[in-house]
Amino acid sequence: MKVSYYPGCSLESTARDYAESIQGIARWLDIQLEEIDDWSCCGATAAHSLNEFLALALPTRNLLLAEAVGLDVVVPCALCFNRLKSAEKVLLGPEAAQFESRYLTHIAQVNGLETGAQSEEPIKNRIYQGKIKIWDLLDYLTQEAVLSRITAKIKRPLKGLKTVCYYGCLVARPPRVTDAQQCEDPTNMDRLVEVLGAQAYPWSYKTDCCGAGLAVSRPDIIDTLVQRLYEHALEAEAECIVVSCQMCQANLDMVQSRISHKFGKHYYLPVLYFTELIGLALGHPGVRTWLKRHFVNPFPLLMRKGLLD
Amino acid sequence: MRELLSEPLSPKPGLGEQLLDERKISVFDCYQCRKCSAGCPLTFAMDFYPHEIIRLTALGQEDLVLESNTIWVCASCQTCTTRCPNDIDIAAVMDYLKERAIATHRSIPQKNVATFHQVFLDDVRLSGGRLHEALLLRMYTSRSGGAMAKLVNGTFMGDLKLGFELFRKGRLRLKPPQRVRDIDEFMELFKKAKVWGE
Ligand code: SF4
Ligand code: SF4
Repeated sequence: MKVSYYPGCSLESTARDYAESIQGIARWLDIQLEEIDDWSCCGATAAHSLNEFLALALPTRNLLLAEAVGLDVVVPCALCFNRLKSAEKVLLGPEAAQFESRYLTHIAQVNGLETGAQSEEPIKNRIYQGKIKIWDLLDYLTQEAVLSRITAKIKRPLKGLKTVCYYGCLVARPPRVTDAQQCEDPTNMDRLVEVLGAQAYPWSYKTDCCGAGLAVSRPDIIDTLVQRLYEHALEAEAECIVVSCQMCQANLDMVQSRISHKFGKHYYLPVLYFTELIGLALGHPGVRTWLKRHFVNPFPLLMRKGLLD
Repeated sequence: MRELLSEPLSPKPGLGEQLLDERKISVFDCYQCRKCSAGCPLTFAMDFYPHEIIRLTALGQEDLVLESNTIWVCASCQTCTTRCPNDIDIAAVMDYLKERAIATHRSIPQKNVATFHQVFLDDVRLSGGRLHEALLLRMYTSRSGGAMAKLVNGTFMGDLKLGFELFRKGRLRLKPPQRVRDIDEFMELFKKAKVWGE
């Protein structure tokens, strides 16, 4: 299987653990991830909060690059995924012509092209056709075909690991942008976790917001939101939280000691990427390196469960 | 909200109509069922609930909505937008109001949030296309002001410790990211986006 890959900015830096686990397991599952050449930032929350044009133009640039390659594109970051999908909906919707002419007027100006009638030709060439599919990484890796590959390669089933799956906001919502089938109660991560041999407990907070966009500017808000998630994860009897987004991961992992301190209660809930769990079950040797990059040390839990030596 | 609105409001045409015109979002479709506010996880930090923002927007109460906390503490989680029975994109209304608050030089009660967004975009621009996270932390710490206050209340040490921990775990890349090849074309997209006052 060969697909385009849009890693997004944080996978090159703070989410290096996620990036490495993705590369690691993809190779083992015979999935070829072709990084989109010359990709740029999707604009994230900052762009859609401050400037609607930029919020669509930045992902559009990347969609045009991806479509030129011609393969479906897989996106590991929930926010990037959401922004690319938002741009896709505009580029294929009733406002497409209006937006494209704004976008291309800019590009045309800088390339010394006349805007207006004469520039129709080069402009037409760059219109987004929507021939490729934009995949969220979790959706991509939980297709039946991939699940059966995973099942066939499991070396060490994750017996006895009690988890809750935390999907976050932006892969699911809003469904008219994401095309999610089950936006209030997604189940594909739960299913994957069970395929890997672990337990995925039901809870009502799988798509509740953790507030990651405010992590730097309003840490007090994060403490309230994230502590609520910890409490409900514990109430569901989970020992760790499985995530599919690096912002959720950072937001639940980095601040656990701060929250413990603030609320006077010691929380110990490792926050694991679903890709790390796949790696663990497949017996991938990279797992230790990935997990060492976390703030909440997952080794004590995994060793107690006999899943790591 | 209740204290703020002890006097009856006089509706003014303008804001709601412009939103409809510019973004094709009709706040006039709202029948105040409050489903948006019921599901919003951030209401504890807001001065107006989401359904109140929608109503006030329909009534053209620019001063109240553009200077509210709500529009900045909204985490864009899209719960309201997903659940509104009248298909009002409430999260996009929040974005519209933020953009407008900056464009019309309103006083912004949540300066840190706005600064963070601006610093983020500055970083992408200066880095030539991709966010340089190490730079983001530094720029935000210096631009979010009150460096002295931060030193005193310990936030600064918190930021520093976090940065150090990230670095120690190999997660803070100091090397700048790759720049896009056609940098002029890329910058052109930003020209439209002169949203910061400085
Ligand atoms: S959910 Fe929609 S209709 Fe109901 S109060 Fe909110 S905006 Fe109005
Ligand atoms: S998008 Fe904003 S207003 Fe809507 S539910 Fe989420 S935090 Fe509340």
